[in-house]
Amino acid sequence: MKTTFTCIVCPNGCEVEAEYEGKKVLSVKGNLCPKGEAYVTQELVDPRRTIASSVRVTGGAMPLASVRLTNAIPKDRIFDVMKEINSITLPAPVRIGDVVIPNVLGLNSDVIVTKNIDVL
Amino acid sequence: MMHKQAIIVGGGPAGLAAALRLREKGIEDILILEREKMLGGILRQCIHDGFGLTRFGESLSGPEYAQRFIDKVQEAGIECITDCTVLDISSDKIVTAASRNQGLLQIRADAVLLTMGCRERTRGALATPGTRPAGVYTAGVAQNYVNLQNIMVGHEVVILGSGDIGLIMARRMTLEGAHVKGVYEVQSYPNGLPRNIQQCLNDYNIPLHLSHTVVEIKGRERLTSVVVAACDERFRPIPGTEEEIPCDTLILSVGLIPENELSLAAGVNLDPRTRGAFVDENCQTEVPGIFAAGNVLHVHDLVDFVSLEAEALADNVAEYLKVGSLPACGLEVKAGANVGHVIPQRISGTRDFTLSLRVRQPLNGVSVVVRQGDQVILRRKMRKALPAEMIQLPIKAAKLTDNVDMEVYVE
Repeated sequence: MKTTFTCIVCPNGCEVEAEYEGKKVLSVKGNLCPKGEAYVTQELVDPRRTIASSVRVTGGAMPLASVRLTNAIPKDRIFDVMKEINSITLPAPVRIGDVVIPNVLGLNSDVIVTKNIDVL
Repeated sequence: MMHKQAIIVGGGPAGLAAALRLREKGIEDILILEREKMLGGILRQCIHDGFGLTRFGESLSGPEYAQRFIDKVQEAGIECITDCTVLDISSDKIVTAASRNQGLLQIRADAVLLTMGCRERTRGALATPGTRPAGVYTAGVAQNYVNLQNIMVGHEVVILGSGDIGLIMARRMTLEGAHVKGVYEVQSYPNGLPRNIQQCLNDYNIPLHLSHTVVEIKGRERLTSVVVAACDERFRPIPGTEEEIPCDTLILSVGLIPENELSLAAGVNLDPRTRGAFVDENCQTEVPGIFAAGNVLHVHDLVDFVSLEAEALADNVAEYLKVGSLPACGLEVKAGANVGHVIPQRISGTRDFTLSLRVRQPLNGVSVVVRQGDQVILRRKMRKALPAEMIQLPIKAAKLTDNVDMEVYVE
């Protein structure tokens, strides 16, 4: 099988032409760096993504603190993780790097705060 | 009258990076004026990751990227006034600003740095026929509501235009439970980065309809539907292809315009192609002592490059403040075949500089050629060149002459 993948690792967005059998990559071309090959290999076996969202903050200068994942999670678990994130409300203040949910759903990724919110 | 060596208009990524570099270069007397209550500019609402890969080697969200600069600006004790709107800049560099805390300010500056960023094209610019219901937003306004103010803008969503912010909002709205019915792009190619087509649309099965546009907006109080149609190569809707799509929200991602009202007031001339200032290799506008960098100069696709451009600008401002002037830039840089625009538009021919350009349409297997007369200065082969991606080329002074204009084209 031959498929062209758009690598999402960096803004270069390489169009990686991959030849593969089942889930085994035979050859890749078009990638500017080794990350392109790693991306395609991962994408065939177990596609993963990071997501960013926000959580409610009470008593803060802003009503929301943005959050993101520290590691990519399986693509088909994105909406399960969104449900976890949406259940959270934090009291102000919050700081960049605060861990909101450690190891969310056992997926080896933390939900961390990405914005400082001071007390109102 | 109050006096500052350097006034920076806008505390977003360009202004913050410029302020820090100026301080590193020994310029002490700096003032940042910011319209919003907080520093950081548009990055405050760009909560997705992917920022800083070039600069920090890691994938940060917008607020994290901004905070790294804000922390340093505060550590350095650089003076900032937030919640302060600059009303006027005169050609002799008197800046007039209004702030709730400090009232009306008039400050004379030795150098003014224009780092105001850009704003979005709106429905008015498209002249889309129909009613004027609630539910029509530009992508950045929708992003502000959803990411900063905790206001969900709608549930059944159509997106017009395939700019990166529209793609990012397609994903964001989907994650928040909305149904994004499709993205419609009048051009025959996407306007956003390929990785965003993949991770924001394809990943969530959101269809992208190229060569399509919205031809009518319907609804009285609230948007109830839009009519879309296929377009020919001159962007004219093709009769008979209309389709009505029920929706309560239309998000527009149809381009960004450098925000240059203050630049014009200062007598700065704008390039109709970039809609930003004409600048020389020092990022100096045609008004001596007034400089511009970042999205106010030309719209960038990556913030990492905004920071770099602002730092290069600050190096030149520091030299201007110490020496009193910069070398004359008598040579023109012309945008030739297939090139939409170039920055800078003037050079001295005696110094290194970074050339930025965008191609007019998607091209495969091409070379970007930089030449002075018969002399080829640089030839860069590219497997693909997209209008969505800014191309930057370092040009070395050693290869240049100081008496022939430069031309940049793609063949």
